[in-house]
Amino acid sequence: MTTLRIKNVFKRYPNGAEAVKGVSVEVGDGELVVFVGPSGCGKSTLLRMVAGLEDVTSGEIELSGRVVNDLEPAERNIAMVFQNYALYPHMTVRQNLAYGLKNRGTSKSEIDSKVEAAGKLLQISDFLERKPSQLSGGQRQRVAMGRAIVRDPAIFLFDEPLSNLDAKLRNQMRLEIKSLQRRLKTAAVYVTHDQVEAMTLADRIVVLNNGLIEQVGTPAEVYSRPDSTFVASFIGAPPMNLLSATLTDAGAQLGDQVLPVQTSLRGDVQLGLRPERIKISQSGSGASIEVTIVEELGATRLVHGIVGGQNISVAVDAELPVPTGQAVISFRPDDAHFFHATTGRRL
Amino acid sequence: MNKAQFGSPWMPYLLLAPQMLIIAIFFLWPAAEAVRSSFYLEDPFFGTGTFVGLDNYRDALSASDYRRTAIFTGIFVFLVSLLSLSIGLMLAVSADRVLRGKSTYKTLLMWVYAIAPPVAGLIGVMLFDQHIGPLVDFAAIFGWDYRIGVNYWDTGITMIIVATWKQIPYNFIFFLSGLQSIPKSVKEAASIDCSSQNRRFWTITFPLLAPTSFFLLILNIAYAMFETFGMIDLIVKDQPGNSPVTLVYKVYRDGFRGNDLGGSSAQSVILMLLVLVLTIVQFRLIEKRVHYN
Amino acid sequence: MLRTKIYDHFVLLLGVFIMMGPLVVAFMTSTFDHVLIHKEGMQVGWGGKFIETYSTVLSQQGGFTGEVTGWLMTQNSLILGIGFALGKIVVSMLAAYAIVYFRFRAATFCFWIIFLTLLLPLEVRILPSYEVVQQLGLLNSYTGLIVPLIASATGTFFFRQFFKSIPNELVEAARVDGAGPMQFFFDILLPLSKTMMAAIFIIMFVVGWNQYLWPTLMTTDESYFTLVRGIKQIMQIMIGADIPKYNEALAMAMLSMLPPALVIIIFQRMFIKGLVENEK
Ligand SMILES: Nc1ncnc2c1ncn2[C@@H]1O[C@H](COP(=O)(O)OP(=O)(O)OP(=O)(O)O)[C@@H](O)[C@H]1O
Ligand SMILES: [Mg+2]
Repeated sequence: MTTLRIKNVFKRYPNGAEAVKGVSVEVGDGELVVFVGPSGCGKSTLLRMVAGLEDVTSGEIELSGRVVNDLEPAERNIAMVFQNYALYPHMTVRQNLAYGLKNRGTSKSEIDSKVEAAGKLLQISDFLERKPSQLSGGQRQRVAMGRAIVRDPAIFLFDEPLSNLDAKLRNQMRLEIKSLQRRLKTAAVYVTHDQVEAMTLADRIVVLNNGLIEQVGTPAEVYSRPDSTFVASFIGAPPMNLLSATLTDAGAQLGDQVLPVQTSLRGDVQLGLRPERIKISQSGSGASIEVTIVEELGATRLVHGIVGGQNISVAVDAELPVPTGQAVISFRPDDAHFFHATTGRRL
Repeated sequence: MNKAQFGSPWMPYLLLAPQMLIIAIFFLWPAAEAVRSSFYLEDPFFGTGTFVGLDNYRDALSASDYRRTAIFTGIFVFLVSLLSLSIGLMLAVSADRVLRGKSTYKTLLMWVYAIAPPVAGLIGVMLFDQHIGPLVDFAAIFGWDYRIGVNYWDTGITMIIVATWKQIPYNFIFFLSGLQSIPKSVKEAASIDCSSQNRRFWTITFPLLAPTSFFLLILNIAYAMFETFGMIDLIVKDQPGNSPVTLVYKVYRDGFRGNDLGGSSAQSVILMLLVLVLTIVQFRLIEKRVHYN
Repeated sequence: MLRTKIYDHFVLLLGVFIMMGPLVVAFMTSTFDHVLIHKEGMQVGWGGKFIETYSTVLSQQGGFTGEVTGWLMTQNSLILGIGFALGKIVVSMLAAYAIVYFRFRAATFCFWIIFLTLLLPLEVRILPSYEVVQQLGLLNSYTGLIVPLIASATGTFFFRQFFKSIPNELVEAARVDGAGPMQFFFDILLPLSKTMMAAIFIIMFVVGWNQYLWPTLMTTDESYFTLVRGIKQIMQIMIGADIPKYNEALAMAMLSMLPPALVIIIFQRMFIKGLVENEK
């Protein structure tokens, strides 16, 4: 069964801005789907249309088998966690959690037990009588989550819920969200522009660019078989090297260098190579690289250099020796990705 | 006040001099004079006075005229504040919600703020005029023989209507800016949690506006008490006769027209005490306002 | 959703009707002949006597002494509005600067004296204020008209609040750069306060222009009359007349409203900012 079905949805804002230009996605029961993309690509707009906070210009949104285009947000059985939490400042944490249930006519005792349970689950039981202004950022975040959980909705909608937290707390909350969602088995859509968050959380990733879907797939698929140069450079850190090359019978020609590849394609292409899939050594067989800068990243080093007149970066295990000056690179032929020279689509 | 501060022996005094001088001459001196003369019975023709203690206060408070004026002032202040606050709020809530024409509505609803109270009074007098006023014809439809300047309550109602009308833009502007300072996401979270717009207003929007409302209430009371002077002056046309007036107007009338300096001063001092109470309440509220942020 | 939309527009249109209706009727009536108004009441429509009536009001010698024209009153209103606004800004900025940025002994005392002025609006101390101005020989003068109105310290509190919101590092940086209090005021504080000053100017201009009680008491010489003050004169003449010149009274009302209305509409955003911040 699918919980959410987005069918060919368009969104044009009154000022003429086209934020979403025809998107179709499905979210299965219990699945966590992440919408990821650069700022302004329309991910929030898409999520807000699912929530009913924005009108759909055309297309359909179906929740649990029912078209909800014309339903008010409160009638859609969704729960949303906002970037700035959007807690009600004049209510205590308990009242914040209870508000949505109360408005739906849930009985007092049921509200109490649900609030207590959510409080325990999220470790906010001690603050139930406090106002949001008396909580830390991380605690507010938990309350916002709690407000979504107590409702027991058909789907959770998250719009960059972690972006106001510091790095450490963000990593911790990311794990908690994931395990919570697994435990509750509730479908969820999670919006972020952070590809690390997308990779770690998602069952499936939807990469958006400029109001359109670039690719849908599991994190592994999106990483290992990017459909376009956009996805290739957006997913994975450090980003994939994209080099202009000409494919000949000898291999991929980059300036004066020829890199060995296995493909029946010929002509001009963009050659994609993940930095972490390239091997570099001071000498040996392979294309020659002129090392320019070495960045220390702790566990790895990022070696920047020039191959055939083009910039390239290579991730090297920190325990290996630092290459300098002229060195050589090599890679497994099936680690090379080929994209159309002008459209950037995968070939 | 933990500002990094300059330390100059004479400069701050120089900077404060204009303000303090104006205050001393045009504020402290008159205020002290008012308090002093409230204890004296002054002869307006010879400029001599006899100390009479609290007599002026007793006379003022026990006069039936004073009580009548105080009652009217109470009703006037209550109705003007209540009506202009609720209408201003209603308009602000709608203006906050609409997408189209928002700024046009805002401009048109704000316009009346620019009108001076006596000018508002003049327009009011004409609209309710026995001969030419369209609103008198309107009242006649319901069999109401509206006689401004003749019937005590008809005149009073005109004052209440005009004063309310003039104050609506002010409340509208404050409520609208109060509504706009509620984060958009809080409104959205509420729209997910609660399907009834009405209920959302009373459980989320209104409580969040409460600090603004209390604060505005004080400002409205001050407005109705003091700033309506010009409007009342125009409506009663210098011939108060059987027309209702407010306490502030009575201070002026007794002092300037009636030449009862001591009585007028005593009334001033009573009003001063009233403002003092209002100000204290206001400052309490400002302290309270902080806690939402 | 559609239902609330319709409801909102209905409420707003009704509001616009109530707020603007009287003004529109007043304006339209002012373009009609006064005899016709007297016979048939206030009018909706175009009376065709717009230029006639308004030029009469602006240029005709009126009043008891026959010396004052609408144009002269407009000038006086401008002097009052601008003088009041400028005076208030200058005086209160200086005072606020002293209070916020200087350490001196009488600071607390001065602060409380200034605070005290918030307690007593001019209206309740009007009689003694009048006597003081009379004793100083300032009746019928622009000084007597403007300066006493500046005594209330709302502006000082406003600027005090604003200065306190300016980051401390700025003074510290200025002092490290060797700026004294004068340079700091002119080179840093003044440029930073520009929008605030403009916003306050707009509010105070409207407040000053619309003053009524004080000008009414202060000015008996008609050459000092402001438009708003002149309204009362017109009323008094009207009461005496057989057929009151309703059209001229309303034209005067319209004229007195126009400048402040234009100011707040043109500078709408700044006006709202000034109003809302001023009262905090
Ligand atoms: N209310 C609005 N009116 C007009 N245009 C809008 C509105 N909201 C968003 N847009 C435009 O629609 C596009 C998509 O915006 P959206 O908020 O969905 O981006 P996003 O992917 O969430 O970006 P971010 O990561 O910065 O949050 C942007 O170009 C934006 O300028
Ligand atoms: Mg967004």
